[in-house]
Amino acid sequence: MTRHLLSAADLDAAEATALLDTAAELARLTAGREVKKLPTLRGRTVVNLFYEDSTRTRISFEAAAKRLSADVINFSARGSSVAKGEGLKDTALTLQAMGADAVVVRHSASGAAHRLAGWVDGSVINAGDGTHEHPTQALLDAYTMRARLGRIAGLKVAIVGDVLHSRVARSNVLLLHTLGAHVTLVAPPTLLPVGVDAWPATTSYDLDAVLPDCDVVMMLRVQRERMDDSFFPSTREYTRRYGLDTARARRLPEHAIVMHPGPMIRGMEIAPEVADSPRSTVTEQVANGVSVRMAVLYRLLGGA
Amino acid sequence: MAYAEAAPSTGKTILTDSDVHRVIDRIAHQILEKTRGAADTVLLGIPTRGVPLAHRIAERIHAFEGIRVPVGSLDVTLYRDDLRSQAPRPLGPTQLPPGGVDGKRVILVDDVLFRGRTVRAALDALRDLGRPASVQLAVLVDRGHRELPIRADYVGKNLPTAVAEQVRVLVTEVDGVDAVVISRPAPAGAAGGDRQRREAR
Repeated sequence: MTRHLLSAADLDAAEATALLDTAAELARLTAGREVKKLPTLRGRTVVNLFYEDSTRTRISFEAAAKRLSADVINFSARGSSVAKGEGLKDTALTLQAMGADAVVVRHSASGAAHRLAGWVDGSVINAGDGTHEHPTQALLDAYTMRARLGRIAGLKVAIVGDVLHSRVARSNVLLLHTLGAHVTLVAPPTLLPVGVDAWPATTSYDLDAVLPDCDVVMMLRVQRERMDDSFFPSTREYTRRYGLDTARARRLPEHAIVMHPGPMIRGMEIAPEVADSPRSTVTEQVANGVSVRMAVLYRLLGGA
Repeated sequence: MAYAEAAPSTGKTILTDSDVHRVIDRIAHQILEKTRGAADTVLLGIPTRGVPLAHRIAERIHAFEGIRVPVGSLDVTLYRDDLRSQAPRPLGPTQLPPGGVDGKRVILVDDVLFRGRTVRAALDALRDLGRPASVQLAVLVDRGHRELPIRADYVGKNLPTAVAEQVRVLVTEVDGVDAVVISRPAPAGAAGGDRQRREAR
């Protein structure tokens, strides 16, 4: 692994597996013990630089950094100089001057993390850049699959919904392909990105046909905030065709799991009964996120 | 997650496999003697090679006295003070026996005692896991050059060395053979540097 984690494609199979193993060891280490804090990153500073709203990713990174004893500085665009018109570069240089060892960045522009990496000396971790990538989400999804199903290689994974606007989908496709899983993207034609045929995944418009032969089905939220056009006739029609309701969930094989990166819109892409069923890994994904992000911080900051 | 291993071919063999077995037998006897029967005792091996050594000591104690001493492992990587001097290390397993360590006599087991930094890290790690009644240390080889006020309670072999020399303990479970080997370092800039730092644990 290089100094930064900008894309899920930065990881080869060995590095990704090592990260998942480290995460598993960290999870075992901190589970059920009195002192959850480890002294490993004492004296290091991690800045959470969030230009977009986020609940679980920011809290997850903050918890991960704090469990490793790093100092955490949270920066949100609201209520900062950004609101006065400061650009990413100047903010980055400010952080640089403060001596940040790592910057966790979320930004609405695709490629923001990549640009930032050229401006600061510390490690940059991409926590979501526009509709491009969200590599730690892909890692925690892979971790969850491995924890539930025991392996990743050979798994059949369906990623369903708003692939066009989803950084989670892109990062997952790249990482899962690296780790040997087969990914099928299921979405209405309007919500598949241009050039999707170049992705290492197959595509389908028919969810019902894909479900019976899936080990994992990952539902994506329809990202209304990124839509300035109408991509489907109505919410009702979208749910009818691409929502995972109880009847559809019954088509899944017995062992299959249902994932969702959150936030969920219950009743839209996923029915409440399915989201709360034993198949659903939604809360596990959140818990695993902390361990996986600890592993990433350790691999980037825990050495020379 | 294995370390890149240097070829164990070069160097002078200090202990052969039968020597290693005798030394482990002796440490087992000493533990039984010093702890008066090894009651309320837990052996914690420090990965990588401390773990199989701890298991072997426990086996010998069982063979001699029929006592089952709980064995676990304690990885100290996240507690090291020299993390920033090299690439991130893979983590070893930490696995406490079911009874935990609270109120127990914990015996830490490692292969080589050198600068004492690993043992210090182990004591720090142990503090986060519970409060043992006492902590002792068993090592297969004590090669000197301590940088901290630490000493072992059970020593398989005291081995006077030069700082630049490398001492390797090989165990069947990891290396396919039991032996203790001492060697001069490779010329400066060669691959031995990483190995040398590992010895410094």
